[in-house]
Amino acid sequence: MAERAYGLLAEFESPEALTAAAKKAREAGYRRLDAFTPFPIEGLARTLRLPRPKISWVGLIGGCSGCGFAFLMQCFTNYDFPLNVGGRPLYAFSAFAVVMFELTILFSALSMIVAMLWQNGLPRLNYPLFAAEQFHRASKDRFFLCVGADDGKFDKDRTSGFLQELGASSVESVGR
Amino acid sequence: MTDQSDILPVNQSMGGVSDQLTGIPLHFPAERRWLIAMLFASLLLLMFMVSVVELFTRGVGIWGINIPVNWAFAIHNYVWWLGIGHAGTLISALLLLTQSEWRNSLNRFAETMTLFAVICAGIYPVLHLGRPWYLYWMFPYPATMNVWPQFRSPLEWDIWAVLTYLTVSFAFWYTGLIPDLAAARDRATKRGWQIFFGITSLGWRGSAAHWLRWSQAYRLTAGLAVPLVVSVHSEVSLLFAAGQIPGWHSTIFPPYFVMGAAFSGFAVVSIIAISLRSWFGLKNLVTDDHLDLLGMVLIATGLMTAYGYVFEIFDALYSGDAHELQTLADRMTGAYAWTYWGAIVFNFIPLQALWWRIVRRTGWMLMLISISVVIGMWLERYMILVTSLYRDFLVSSWSHFTPTFWDWSTYFGTIGLFLVPFLLAIRFIPMISIFETEELLHEEKEEEHG
Repeated sequence: MAERAYGLLAEFESPEALTAAAKKAREAGYRRLDAFTPFPIEGLARTLRLPRPKISWVGLIGGCSGCGFAFLMQCFTNYDFPLNVGGRPLYAFSAFAVVMFELTILFSALSMIVAMLWQNGLPRLNYPLFAAEQFHRASKDRFFLCVGADDGKFDKDRTSGFLQELGASSVESVGR
Repeated sequence: MTDQSDILPVNQSMGGVSDQLTGIPLHFPAERRWLIAMLFASLLLLMFMVSVVELFTRGVGIWGINIPVNWAFAIHNYVWWLGIGHAGTLISALLLLTQSEWRNSLNRFAETMTLFAVICAGIYPVLHLGRPWYLYWMFPYPATMNVWPQFRSPLEWDIWAVLTYLTVSFAFWYTGLIPDLAAARDRATKRGWQIFFGITSLGWRGSAAHWLRWSQAYRLTAGLAVPLVVSVHSEVSLLFAAGQIPGWHSTIFPPYFVMGAAFSGFAVVSIIAISLRSWFGLKNLVTDDHLDLLGMVLIATGLMTAYGYVFEIFDALYSGDAHELQTLADRMTGAYAWTYWGAIVFNFIPLQALWWRIVRRTGWMLMLISISVVIGMWLERYMILVTSLYRDFLVSSWSHFTPTFWDWSTYFGTIGLFLVPFLLAIRFIPMISIFETEELLHEEKEEEHG
């Protein structure tokens, strides 16, 4: 191919049409598929066989480290500067519980959100698809299926015809 | 609960909703009214700044506080503002987890309200420090004097709780905002808007893989935010309950505070919802059904707060402690009885009108009741603070508290501190969640077709 292609972008009118098309494309043997929609669509991830995200594990690790950090920090400050307050215990776990809880939440939430952005490759300023004519409607009322040019079965003309057959209202070739 | 399948009128298109909502920042429809509101808010903010300069120059003596009432407006308004903030998180997080889809029209501005209310709350303890430039002493850093903050004190828990709450609220709010900023970016035609939304939307493109990770992160953060809200206001109540002052030292305080917080917060959410929908013509998205549900939540949380009042009296009577009984009598008949009875009247009397459906569904009536609740909760916080302190254990130290001009100017100033960024947010970002509204609309349409 003369120009380096990113892929073909097919536009659909409804989430149902998109999901049906994605299913047929999978069945036809396409593997490098991605969909672009204005809101999350139930079942689409399963149709596209996207791997289950592991954000929850990041959150668990973040939460545990927050809790542990808070605990050790409070123990250390009381060890390093022991202050006798009416004979109450220095390592007062019931008193430490509040900050431990807060930091559990803080570390967990922030690590999940950072992990989500990281794994999504965001933030980034530009993306090949932003150049597509119709793509601005992906955040409004259109549902797009993209077949990547790196797909083994990708052939510009044949794939384009295939997507037309699936009922796409427009098919656009996107350069890299 | 009402039938949730038709909370939004289904005769509107998804694209239409998207255009309508992105159009608010991009082609602002109410410039003149916004400017007037902004002028008013800026004057209040100016008053706040003048008050703070005066405070930093002359010290906390400019307020009416003195022994024994050394916690007055600063902590009173701190609790009040923080409580208002909590409803935003409850609406967006708790109702997300329970899949109450009516939240989708309310969550964005409710969360925005949370952010700025927490800032107003958080600034008060700093102002109250006396020497606010030593704020960093609250953080554990290796100091030359080899001292550390005292983690066994509720006052130290406070800063961790509030900062965590502020940070997590901001992260949650922004995560939910990213897809909408992308929608606004795609609708923007002017260069400045394209750059602004292009950068703030972080390059969001709505990929299925992205949505999958986003949903997981968003839902899990919501799951964390719910216990966070409960913990933050419980922790605030421990500032009181962990001391032995009569009228504070009670196990009912954490739930009592959390319920009161939700109560006042939902009142403010109602006020904002009613104002915004008439201001921007959003009756198709913030419907009478939404007001109906808000009214129901308001009366439910109100009655739970009332239970707190009843139990507080029971607690004092059951303890048989002379000082507890004295404080109870002081609250009902003492110098500040007006705050006690004022709180009861403003909080619970107009509230009863919400038993009628027509009242819940009529904007201005719900608005009046909400304003009454906000005043009532303000009086309640005043009552809890001052009536417990002005007559403590030693008769020789009894004294009164009278707010000074600077007390009032700082308080009204914080309203400006809240309104200015809130009005800016209305002006610059979509104030109703676009993609969640579209999603709900799509689901409704699907149900319609069978």
